[in-house]
Amino acid sequence: MANREARLAAIRRAFPPGSGVEEVPGGDMQTFTVKREVLPGLARHLKDDPELSFKLLLDICGVDYPGRDDRFEAVYHLVSLEHGHRVRLKVPVPEADPVVPSVYGVWRGADWFEREAFDMFGISFAGHPNLKRILCHPSFQGHALRKDYDPGQRWLLREGEQDEPSWAREALESDDHFETHVLNLGPSHPATHGTLRTVVRLDGEVITKAETEIGYLHRCFEKMAETHTWNQVIPFTDRLNYCSAMINGVGYVLAVEKMLGVEAPPRAQVIRLILSELSRIMDHIVDIGANLNDLGAMTPFLYMYEAREEIYSVLEACCGSRLTVSYVRIGGLSFDTPPDFGDSIRYLLKRIPRLIDDTERLITDNRIFRGRTEGVGAITSEDAVDWGWTGPCLRAAGVPYDVRKAYPYLGYDTYDFKVPVAHTGDTYARYLVRIEEMRQSLRIVEQALARLEPGPIIVDDHNVALPPKEQVYTEMESLIWHFKLIMEGMKVPAGEKYGYTEGANGELGYYIVSDGGGKPYRIKVRPPCFAIFQAYPHMLEGHMVPDAVAILGSMNVIAGELDR
Amino acid sequence: MSKQVDVVVCDRKPLSFVQRFYLVEVVKGLAVTLRHFLGNLFARKYTVTVEWPEVKREYSERLRGRHILLTREDGSPRCVACYMCEEACPAQCIHIEAQDNVPTSTVEFEKRPRVFTIDLLRCVYCGFCVDACPKEAIIMSRVHEMAFASRAEAVVGLDELLQKGPIEQLNLGYRPYYGAPRSRIELPIPVKASPPEELRADAGTVR
Repeated sequence: MANREARLAAIRRAFPPGSGVEEVPGGDMQTFTVKREVLPGLARHLKDDPELSFKLLLDICGVDYPGRDDRFEAVYHLVSLEHGHRVRLKVPVPEADPVVPSVYGVWRGADWFEREAFDMFGISFAGHPNLKRILCHPSFQGHALRKDYDPGQRWLLREGEQDEPSWAREALESDDHFETHVLNLGPSHPATHGTLRTVVRLDGEVITKAETEIGYLHRCFEKMAETHTWNQVIPFTDRLNYCSAMINGVGYVLAVEKMLGVEAPPRAQVIRLILSELSRIMDHIVDIGANLNDLGAMTPFLYMYEAREEIYSVLEACCGSRLTVSYVRIGGLSFDTPPDFGDSIRYLLKRIPRLIDDTERLITDNRIFRGRTEGVGAITSEDAVDWGWTGPCLRAAGVPYDVRKAYPYLGYDTYDFKVPVAHTGDTYARYLVRIEEMRQSLRIVEQALARLEPGPIIVDDHNVALPPKEQVYTEMESLIWHFKLIMEGMKVPAGEKYGYTEGANGELGYYIVSDGGGKPYRIKVRPPCFAIFQAYPHMLEGHMVPDAVAILGSMNVIAGELDR
Repeated sequence: MSKQVDVVVCDRKPLSFVQRFYLVEVVKGLAVTLRHFLGNLFARKYTVTVEWPEVKREYSERLRGRHILLTREDGSPRCVACYMCEEACPAQCIHIEAQDNVPTSTVEFEKRPRVFTIDLLRCVYCGFCVDACPKEAIIMSRVHEMAFASRAEAVVGLDELLQKGPIEQLNLGYRPYYGAPRSRIELPIPVKASPPEELRADAGTVR
């Protein structure tokens, strides 16, 4: 299914012209405007038709256009893992009757995404099993991402109105007369790696029902992005997945660069790639280390953090900060690397494999670890795709989907690396996949280092990049361009773009809408964690409380990315 | 998938009898930890952790810490109150109020800041103010250990921000660079080679 015509024909078989599905010409991907009445049927057709086979729902988000007749738009992004094609659906929603049929019955991955669109825009999804606020507190009033919502508005949030699942109040007695307990895991618990609350109902020690509440770390990334210029969003992206801040920034600027039609110079691309892969290693180190730590294995955690500290030193020397790097700029990088960058990376390439080897010696064939993790939190590949999983967790379930291979960016197609895949889908498989992925990332870094050529590190385009400082100090024209870029921001052409890169947890997508001004009209982040974590409460059922901690760690919860 | 993906299968392998027997594995594991322990005790010249605050590590010259407002030779601030840093700040932590340059000033400029405050608790230390400044008036130091007794104390004004002493004695951090980048990474690289030629040749194009 290589082209648009074939896909359109496959859709037209079930939905002829005039039936409410219209193709929008142009755009960065094939887009259809869909009347809300036909959405459930179309969704089913898109998923089940063998020529279309859109099995993975990536993202659902709302966009607010106050000037239009139908004020809101629900936007769906779909990908077919089988054919590799993507499609976007837009469903106009009037303000007077903001109801859209839920697609939860087709893709279970719609669960939290629909709740988020409800929370942020007030679009209600008819047929959703548990439609309530997700990122904002129940006491919150209004819908924060509507354009008429004042960003400075404050609400008093009361503790008594804390979200509680309806089943938590029911008194239940199990068949064998064990007492059932309702237990709060989190939000502030060392094993939740951030702030995340899971309410579980226990029968003895076995979890029979669970529900996860997120939003404790919600910092309104998307609302803030709408009130800042395109470049000012970069420091905010560092705070999404703070374990691998570099990857978020790279994903964002790649999407904006595509909209602007500029490309970073080759040297900048290679540096971005090297530091992204090192960030991926850091993220996996944190995940594996913290997971082992939760299971009582402190030693590998400390061994691997040595590598992480040294990678942070490289980032610090390149950009001046260890965690919140803000190193990328639209069109390139802020600075060139220090002169001993190559030596340091070569040192890391020798150092990190030894630490991985030591961890493997202690853990991989450790009977206790394997007893704790094998078969725990197992998920089939069909379920994982249905929930919208991507990244190492999906690959551990046997689906070899990696954005770096399937849709190469930064020249990933020219590097020799393999995609690690395991088939059991359990906690142990996720550990194995992450370990192997670190080794593959090191291979990429090694190859990239050989390609590091001297050259400029940011585009020479005064509409995008700040002019060099020595020109700003001395030349009138450069000063004017500098002034315009700072005061007004760069002008990104009107349009929309879904940019996607392989984050450390999976596909990190930025759906960007520009109205041609100096500030983004709407930025929606598709955080990989978010899709993975909506399955978490369902995976807990039948497991014990200590297993809940093991599963949580292996899925790599990053609250910064989950809550944005 | 649209194309055949190059995969490496890393499924679990069954445990051998010796591994299930446990005792040999314990000894093997202890060998690893003992190697690290003895290595750290005797052979190691460097550890990634330092005994802070007694021992402090050297930070890179690009570290983004507390801001410094540079002055001219006569001691007046280089800042010309153009509001560019205030506008560029993603956290909106800079507040400037301008006034006409005083007649006694030896340098002729239209404006100077009457009030220049930075809320160090709001600041995200991204360095965008340094990038935005057209006069090299605001730069960053490597001071990152800041403690305040109250929120009001964290809002620092001109008197605290203006440079104290000559520029060579300041603990300079993130600032606009020209020419060769001056920072080094300082990892414990066993044999430190000289910087590769291509990196040196490239130094002129740094922006």
